[in-house]
Amino acid sequence: MQKPNNMMLQTLARLIIVIVLSFSIYLLLAGHNGPGGGFIGGLMTASGILILYLSFNFKTIQAVIRFDYVKVIGIGLLFASLTGVASMLFGFPFLKHFFDYFTIPILGEVELTTAMLFDLGVYFVVLASALKIILTIAEDDK
Amino acid sequence: MLTLLHWAALSPFIAAVLIPFLYKYLKRIHTGWFVLILPLVLFVYFLSFIPRTSSGEVILNNLNWVPSLGINFDIYLDGLSLLFALLITGIGALVVLYSIYYLSKRKEKLNNFYVYLLMFMGAMLGVILSDNLIVIYVFWEVTSIASSLLISYWYTREKSIYGAQKSMFITVFGGLSMLGGFSLLYVIAGTFSIRELIANADMIMASSLFIPAMILVLLGAFTKSAQFPFHIWLPDAMEAPTPVSAYLHSATMVKAGIYLVARLTGVFGGVPEWFWIITTVGLVTLIWGSVSAVRQKDLKGILAYSTVSQLGMIMSLLGTGSAAFYFQNGDNALYMTAILAAVFHLINHATFKGSLFMAAGIIDHETGTRDIRKLGGLMTVMPITATISLIGLASMAGLPPFNGFLSKELFLTGMLNVTEYGIFNLETLGIIIPVIAWIASVFTFLYCILMFTRTFMGDLNLSKLKVKHVHEAPVGMLISPIILAALVIVFGLFPNLLAYSIIEPAMAAIAPGIISPGEVFDVHISHWHGFTPELFMTIGIIILGVLLFITFKKWENSAFYRGERDIFNSVYDSGYNGLIAGSKWITRIQMTGRLRDYFIYMSIFIIFILAYTMYHYNLPAIQSLDLSPVPIYMWLILLVFVGSVVIIPFINNRIALIIATSVSGFIVALLFVLFRAPDLALTQLLIESVSVILFMLVFYHLPKLKKVKTPPKMKIVKLIVSIGFGLMITLGSLSAFSMGQDTDFSSISEYYTENSKEEAGGYNIVNVILVDFRGMDTMLEILVVSMAVLTVVSLIKLRFKGSEDI
Repeated sequence: MQKPNNMMLQTLARLIIVIVLSFSIYLLLAGHNGPGGGFIGGLMTASGILILYLSFNFKTIQAVIRFDYVKVIGIGLLFASLTGVASMLFGFPFLKHFFDYFTIPILGEVELTTAMLFDLGVYFVVLASALKIILTIAEDDK
Repeated sequence: MLTLLHWAALSPFIAAVLIPFLYKYLKRIHTGWFVLILPLVLFVYFLSFIPRTSSGEVILNNLNWVPSLGINFDIYLDGLSLLFALLITGIGALVVLYSIYYLSKRKEKLNNFYVYLLMFMGAMLGVILSDNLIVIYVFWEVTSIASSLLISYWYTREKSIYGAQKSMFITVFGGLSMLGGFSLLYVIAGTFSIRELIANADMIMASSLFIPAMILVLLGAFTKSAQFPFHIWLPDAMEAPTPVSAYLHSATMVKAGIYLVARLTGVFGGVPEWFWIITTVGLVTLIWGSVSAVRQKDLKGILAYSTVSQLGMIMSLLGTGSAAFYFQNGDNALYMTAILAAVFHLINHATFKGSLFMAAGIIDHETGTRDIRKLGGLMTVMPITATISLIGLASMAGLPPFNGFLSKELFLTGMLNVTEYGIFNLETLGIIIPVIAWIASVFTFLYCILMFTRTFMGDLNLSKLKVKHVHEAPVGMLISPIILAALVIVFGLFPNLLAYSIIEPAMAAIAPGIISPGEVFDVHISHWHGFTPELFMTIGIIILGVLLFITFKKWENSAFYRGERDIFNSVYDSGYNGLIAGSKWITRIQMTGRLRDYFIYMSIFIIFILAYTMYHYNLPAIQSLDLSPVPIYMWLILLVFVGSVVIIPFINNRIALIIATSVSGFIVALLFVLFRAPDLALTQLLIESVSVILFMLVFYHLPKLKKVKTPPKMKIVKLIVSIGFGLMITLGSLSAFSMGQDTDFSSISEYYTENSKEEAGGYNIVNVILVDFRGMDTMLEILVVSMAVLTVVSLIKLRFKGSEDI
């Protein structure tokens, strides 16, 4: 991978990344009731991180983000499947979801659902898969 | 409900999970000691059921698994299951004990060995305890896998891999046929439960699918129990460590086929086809095995063919015994003697063959060879092993007072009885059956003498052996074969110990409904019956066997004795090579390595499948396209879209290509926005962005675009395929649209709109579908994505270097 040294790009990337990442988390959380969800959120986070990789030195970013993406995929799959298994422990079918409304200070009434945990699993898998595939291909210099 | 019996069947799998940890963290203690506890406990546990099963009680514990498909993990314990459970756990415990001394804890990968062994034990318990055919099938295949893994335990040896592969191919082929047979039974009777099948036996017999189902099921049983001509895998399975051969390949797994036949006698028994197929295959296996065993020079080879032959014997007994179902309330003793002999010999075979395998293992362990041409004179050096072998071989040869004599006599009685049946053309052909049985027994006698004299008599020739000193095996290694040899004597002297505790309940389980409830089969086993034909047959066997042995020097140089390879091996080998060559040929003609060729295949396939569907449903039927007006801006967007696609083939610059493709992608996103599908639009936009980034990242590595010259003929083909593809997709979508308007299918989206809030608490239907209504799909989808990632990583990171090829 080439080492880009583009001041404009790097400055802009620093600015953009904050917006992209926070928007992606918003998308993840808003998914159940508005546009968004784990898949979209994961992709957006991935594209945000990819912008970093594009504009900065590969090694620099690697030093900052120290995740083994394959492990993140595993964690995501665990999240998704364990949410499904959890309902089985209470005698419900696999992947049955539950939700209820709670009142939390400052935020007001909030809906909490086990589907969110499942979606979080999807988020992790999509995020890490996109990054892992692209970075593996990009890293390959043969 | 999960009952204790369920846990008993599953406990080996649970124990298997712990083995790697025990092996890793408690290296000083041989892992086998931990494993030993389980079969011992299970053996005692199953022993406690004897009072219940011997009083005719049947234990049935239900556990729903997939009730909608009729698949339930129902445990069914009767006399037959209990007999097998005791064999599996009892012999299992002895084998594990033996393996502790056989496998060195320093040199061997004990964790692998015991995990596979426990996996097998659990699967085998599953097979014999389950009432449901599908559950049986699943466990059945697990035993095949475990067996192959154990055969290839020393996987660096080429022969081990060959043997493992062979057993896998043959038994899995049989397993799949069996699954077909089970499915046919389900089609006929609508149930996978053996109890219910037996209850509906009359209805099944009347079906036209009866014979196909029977043959398919029998293929499974015959391949597993190494029946002729599928027996060839068993001799090659001898590459496994000896404890495995003693356990899987003589005492338990190879008897799974016999178990299945015995268990399903209640379903299929009573028809001539069942009788003749099983009897014939059994007898041919019996004689083929015993004659082949004479030719072998490897101790374990002799034992392998002898096992094949003995399995054939038990199988033929089950075949002739099935006539009891034809007569129903006839003279029980006449038909049931065969079943009695089968059950009794099953137990006896496990005891004497187990001890013989262990003795062979000891000889191999101490002398470094199993070749009877190199061995000899071990009697004085290894007196205990010699005694064990003598007892085992005498029992196998059918000499009194050992248990083998008793069951051999019963076997001969059973075969002689056949001539008195007077059904299924037996008046004329029947006489062949006892004759074959007798000839095969002569050969059995012969190889037993050969094996003993060649190994233990004569002179010990150390120069032929790899070791300097030969001595008796350590005590620990001798315990298990001594126990088994002791059982050979005990069962021989006091056969009635087993008669009503184990044998009779097993017979009642094989032949349900033959006698009325409350009655029991008459089991009378004794050494002396008076001067019966059986006695003279036995004397004849001994005389002829000894004669053959004395004159053996004459036969020794014949081509028959010098070769030892089974001719059916060449059938397997050429079939195997043909399969490989055929697969290579098929791969070569289609895998060109050019992406455009693959696209042509895919497109042609899609064209044909769409064309066929349309033809089949009288389409395209574009009758009433009730379209809403298309505004001008939409036309403009579509124009740009089409333009961006059309231009792609004419671009020679990579950057321009990337831009052109992403233009079409972004326009699709725009269309989603116009049709008010924000989730889709967002996804499409993100996918486009990510793929553009990917292109940018790999751009640096890509080679220069090259002009490829396509011959004009190919150009025409490509043109036709492209046009056909476009046409089919257009027609297909229009027809689908028009069909949807013509018929009154109510769209499922209404259901989602109505229930998304109440049922799942979300306003975004798309998301609710993804995470809740169709959560399982998403679950599998992310699994596929993860697998794709691993594939990409392994493709790139583990790339072959240079000109390496598979």
